[in-house]
Amino acid sequence: MALLDVEDLSVTFARRGQRTVRAVDGVSFSVNAGEVVGLVGESGCGKSVTSLAIMGLLPKQPGLQVSGKAVFDGTDLLQIDDRSRRDIRGRDVAMIFQDPLSSLNPVVPIGLQVTEVLTRHRGMRGEAAAKEAAQLLDRVGIPDPKRRLKEYPHQLSGGMRQRALIAMAVACQPRLLIADEPTTALDVTIQAQILELLKDLVQDSGTALVMITHDLGVVAGMCDTINVLYGGRVVETARRRPLFRQPRHPYTVGLLGSVPRLDAGRGERLNPIPGSVRDLLPWPDGCAFAPRCDRRVDACIGEPPELVLTHDGRSYRCVNPAPLPGLTPGDEVRTAVPGPATPGSVPAQAVPDEPPAVPGLAAAPSEEETP
Amino acid sequence: MTTIGGKKREKIDRLAELAARDEERGVSLWQDAFRRLRRNPAAIIGAVILTIFVLVALIGPFLVPYGPTDTMGIREGLIKPGVIPGSSSEHWFGYDHQGRDVFSRMIVGARQTLLVGVVATLIGLAVGVLIGGVAGAAAGLGGRWGRWVDSTLMRFIDMLLALPSLLLAVSIAALLGPSLTTVMIAVGMVSVPVFARLLRGSMIAQSNSDYVLAATSLGVRKSKIAVAHVLPNSLAPVIVQATLTLATAIIEAAALSFLGLGNPDSATPEWGVMLADAQQYLGIRPELAIYPAVAIIITALGFTLLGESMREALDPKLRK
Ligand SMILES: Nc1ncnc2c1ncn2[C@@H]1O[C@H](COP(=O)(O)OP(=O)(O)OP(=O)(O)O)[C@@H](O)[C@H]1O
Ligand code: SF4
Ligand SMILES: [Mg+2]
Repeated sequence: MALLDVEDLSVTFARRGQRTVRAVDGVSFSVNAGEVVGLVGESGCGKSVTSLAIMGLLPKQPGLQVSGKAVFDGTDLLQIDDRSRRDIRGRDVAMIFQDPLSSLNPVVPIGLQVTEVLTRHRGMRGEAAAKEAAQLLDRVGIPDPKRRLKEYPHQLSGGMRQRALIAMAVACQPRLLIADEPTTALDVTIQAQILELLKDLVQDSGTALVMITHDLGVVAGMCDTINVLYGGRVVETARRRPLFRQPRHPYTVGLLGSVPRLDAGRGERLNPIPGSVRDLLPWPDGCAFAPRCDRRVDACIGEPPELVLTHDGRSYRCVNPAPLPGLTPGDEVRTAVPGPATPGSVPAQAVPDEPPAVPGLAAAPSEEETP
Repeated sequence: MTTIGGKKREKIDRLAELAARDEERGVSLWQDAFRRLRRNPAAIIGAVILTIFVLVALIGPFLVPYGPTDTMGIREGLIKPGVIPGSSSEHWFGYDHQGRDVFSRMIVGARQTLLVGVVATLIGLAVGVLIGGVAGAAAGLGGRWGRWVDSTLMRFIDMLLALPSLLLAVSIAALLGPSLTTVMIAVGMVSVPVFARLLRGSMIAQSNSDYVLAATSLGVRKSKIAVAHVLPNSLAPVIVQATLTLATAIIEAAALSFLGLGNPDSATPEWGVMLADAQQYLGIRPELAIYPAVAIIITALGFTLLGESMREALDPKLRK
């Protein structure tokens, strides 16, 4: 059994006088012990809300609804009481946030913030705690840790602050670490160092890591399994290699297209649509990506695409996925039904005969083209 | 210079900040704010005024030329009905209606004024921080109990706040009977609702901050977060407010003395009492009212200038 099993997680924010926002819509994924799992998607697709829901950290506002399951080591994190949740946080599951400066208390020295965790979960106090804190800072690569312990967050550089936060998160050797865009607020050179550090830490300690990012480059370097999110749903799940080699969901294809190193020849671009959330759809229901999708067909609209499981453990939500190499693009549209290369990959019902004509939208090209 | 765009200027500022970073090591947040204060002319002016005021209040009484209660003018027969001698080289500010040296009385009065202002503010600060802190922590803890404690305390504070402050001070002073302690308590109580509301609001705002979320994600208990994280971060505006309150406290204390609710013992001169005494002689010696009035205004201005500059220096939006 996996260490963390997120099943059908949904989060809705209902506010009086405002539209109800379904930020997370039936997200399922799992994380095995020691595994590095990526949650990838662009801004607003529900990555942070997913992680906060798992941690039980969503703001307790009226109108908030969380459903589904997040089973960690046999206990559903969404069902347990506050007390046990507080015990689990920081000890078994820890989190790293995007902005290291605002995530540290500005008027409390770093040392106190680190020892606080040690006191809370490991019962360490005084000298012993200070010593352990210095060791932790040393472990995350902060030079001269004894002096740094006495300093305030604003005296540290951005990278060093994130290292301090990482030190706090790994202080109790949690079994699961959730990192929500841990490098977005940092300089590029520092980003690489922080990723390297995270990679080393989880490898050494066997901690599982959920890596949340909008940057496929980050994922490429470290994740074992990748979940691509769009509009609050997981639209594609695959191991790293197959995903990068043969992305199936058009959104993944687009994301990869914007990473120049990979796939340079294709050069596909997403034309950004403001908002990009589900409730902007001009029709009642269907694939959330349809307005931006260049592989859209009639069947995409009407009801949300089912999750398609392929024989090799991949899955995607798309009725007209990108073709696998070996098939010419034109063929794929018509004959995506189990071809020689992909036994059982696509359900037949999803494949239309005709290229799409969607009312109210410019005609979408049914094949990938390189301009 | 004007051609430098905002972005560019920001970059330059950032660079300057980075360059300054090395020497900044070991410097606390407050010292950081202090450096910014030093560059603000308003803060300098306020600080100079207050330094002079505090020096006068502390050592002035030992240096005064005449005893503040010495009615020498009457002894020497200089005070007659309708005649009060004005300033001279011996008596810079002249005599008051009882023939006492006004200059000496002004200086000794500074100590009284400072004492009343500081003690009153400390009283207000202590009670206000207690009420506001409990309410803010209770609001942060949430739950039915937390909300109940918070709203009960705040209902009480709102009640106090609804009354005009001078009216409240006069009522309290009248209730306790005229004395110096009365003035301190009355003026202090008037500032309680401001401190309480400010601290509570500041704590609630801080509760939504990222570092609270981060601490929560590490399993730190709510009560610990309220005391160790939220409270220290919420104090800055309260401390700034204390400086500003010193200004109003001095004015309010003078007003209470003016209304006869202050120290009935004229052995300890006080600016408000002097102002009240001068009333009847405005026709002969208007200066007698002007000296204490100007002194009160300048002192209050000093506290206000410094308080406002501190607010700016500590503003998290201007910080960084
Ligand atoms: N407290 C809230 N109340 C209402 N809506 C919210 C709230 N928090 C998040 N949302 C909505 O949920 C959606 C998903 O937000 P989320 O923060 O998870 O995005 P994200 O994928 O983390 O994006 P980013 O890359 O910008 O961090 C957004 O549309 C956002 O407006
Ligand atoms: S092909 Fe259809 S189902 Fe697949 S992503 Fe595009 S719009 Fe969605
Ligand atoms: Mg986010």
